[in-house]
Amino acid sequence: MKSPVRLERRLDQPRSLSLLVPLLSIAAALVLGGVLLLATGRNPFSVYQRIFERGFGSTSALRGTLISATPLAFTGLCAAAAFRVGAINIGGEGQLYAGAIGASWAAVRFGSGAPNGVTFALMLAAGAICGALWAGIAGLLRARFSTNEIITTLMLNYLAAIVLDYLIFNSRSYWRDPRSAGFPSGKRIPARALWTNLTIGGVEIPRGFILAIAVGFALWFLYRRTTYGFEVDVIADSPSAAKYAGIRTNRKILSVMAISGALAGLGGASDVGDFRHVLDAKGLQLAGYGYTGIVVAALARRHPVATVAVSVIIGGLTNAGYALQGPNFPAGLVGTLQGLILFTSVAGEILTRYRIRRVVGVATVLAAS
Amino acid sequence: MNSNLFVVILASAIFYGTPIYFAALGELLTERSGVLNLGVEGMMLVGAVLGSWGSQHVGGPAWFVVLAAVFLAMIGAAAMGAIHAFLAITMRVNQTVAGLALTIFAGAVGLSSYLASTWKVAAHPATRPIRKLNVFGLANKPVVGPLLFNHTILTYLSWVLAIVATWYLFGTRQGLNLRSVGESPQTADAMGISVVRYRYVHTILGGALAGIGGACYSLAIVPTWVDGMTKGAGWIAIALVIFGFWRPDLTLAGAYLFGGLSSLGLTLKARNVHINGSILDALPFAMTIVVLVLVSSGWARRRLGAPASLGVPYEREER
Repeated sequence: MKSPVRLERRLDQPRSLSLLVPLLSIAAALVLGGVLLLATGRNPFSVYQRIFERGFGSTSALRGTLISATPLAFTGLCAAAAFRVGAINIGGEGQLYAGAIGASWAAVRFGSGAPNGVTFALMLAAGAICGALWAGIAGLLRARFSTNEIITTLMLNYLAAIVLDYLIFNSRSYWRDPRSAGFPSGKRIPARALWTNLTIGGVEIPRGFILAIAVGFALWFLYRRTTYGFEVDVIADSPSAAKYAGIRTNRKILSVMAISGALAGLGGASDVGDFRHVLDAKGLQLAGYGYTGIVVAALARRHPVATVAVSVIIGGLTNAGYALQGPNFPAGLVGTLQGLILFTSVAGEILTRYRIRRVVGVATVLAAS
Repeated sequence: MNSNLFVVILASAIFYGTPIYFAALGELLTERSGVLNLGVEGMMLVGAVLGSWGSQHVGGPAWFVVLAAVFLAMIGAAAMGAIHAFLAITMRVNQTVAGLALTIFAGAVGLSSYLASTWKVAAHPATRPIRKLNVFGLANKPVVGPLLFNHTILTYLSWVLAIVATWYLFGTRQGLNLRSVGESPQTADAMGISVVRYRYVHTILGGALAGIGGACYSLAIVPTWVDGMTKGAGWIAIALVIFGFWRPDLTLAGAYLFGGLSSLGLTLKARNVHINGSILDALPFAMTIVVLVLVSSGWARRRLGAPASLGVPYEREER
């Protein structure tokens, strides 16, 4: 098959592209989504305008956007952290559930007695540990049996969802509110344990989002400025070279998976502390933060600080999707747009590494000379 | 005799294993060409929604409606496969991420749900669901009846495809070419085999088969539209290809094992056996992990491995 164009590897990657490409990716995804909307008889401009208004158009919209962005920042960091060592962790979803289970336990158990700050720390610790353990299963299987972590992390997502349903719907667990007989729900966390917001310029910023910014910088520091990060880079580039250099690759991959899971676990803790104040089995599963986090990380090109920034954009889309859901707004549109953004951002990344050249056939060259 | 628990479990293993098998067989052919497509779940769901739509909007005799619905499901899912082919083969994007993108784009909260809500597919059940046949009037014979002669037309199609695919892969020139493209595209290219064409054809074909799998859900198993109705079957199908060592026959056995596990809950509930539903729900997913660990151990890996160039983009200029 002859193609009129071909991809040619660039010798250097222009820096200007690293900001331009993500912006163009979003634009391209909106155009493709617009084609879909047009083809199904909708006006893309009015749909996009409604999404923008409900995502970013007012201070209350921004507040909701930041609340949606917080778990996405953490699951984005989760995906970015694992990818750095060449592991694909698509288990952010399940690790976030595990974190929410741990954090809501800590909040219900200690929240009414301990001061807010102590409960906060305990929730973070419990969330991070549960997320790390859940990811650790896949990490351990990869390190010990070289089992493909893509599929194991995904299966663990389904298993975590089943554990959530079990705790709230199928058992009399510690998490389930015994008074909720008709429709079972989780125990609400005590008022003293709620996370407080910080108000800047009339916009309430959730405590979890501030934490996400700090964690983003910490992860950047870990990967760019420490020996640990250097060794992780070596493993990603060449596992065999890393082995010869005396790096314990398996142990390192396992630890990166655990860090990655802990990050998603923090996202689960933030969902309980900032937003729902209860272990909401159905709500968490509908939100799909883990999968969306992959989109966030890809659009940010896996840079930790950029990941937190991008989470606001995708969070706005997600938040608008919640706010607008109903008969006048097509279900599935937000997920479709997120998928398109992931398509265009990975395609865009290729264009920073390759340039497109027209293929000039031999015959044309001969004729011209 | 036919209500014997063992017979019932085996028969429903075949019924519920059929969609998983279609999807797994498609993924197997795609992976044999060296392309990894993790978007199976999304392709199945797009197939399922188009199957539903076709069943509601095509008129005519029942056999024609079913044929048209399944055909539409194949076309829709093949189009999804073509997107992946373009990104993976022409654009040389990281195939894992492209496949995930396809699942998010087309999946439970993406395009399949968008199309279903736009076309209001969920409002009605499939007007002409695919029914189980009574082949040669033998459906009620003891044991062999429910196991061999009482299935939907799609199950019989899957049996034919299992034989055809085995013959194609291991008995024809094209099959040999396909395997060589997956093992060593450089060598295949030097032999004059078009790597790009083989990869495109089999990635799109893989999509079409996943579409039939999706149609099994929306036309035979459920048979109405529910968002995300495949419930992870696409991912289990991907694991099955590894479990079946990239061979159509072993993969069929695996599909029935997982079909049996996913239907076990329904079967036992019908018999008033009380086991916590969560444990039964978890079985197929937990089993997938166990099976993957077993086949990724050194013994199995040495015997029959993955295509050597699986997931590696091919660039003629680079070695």
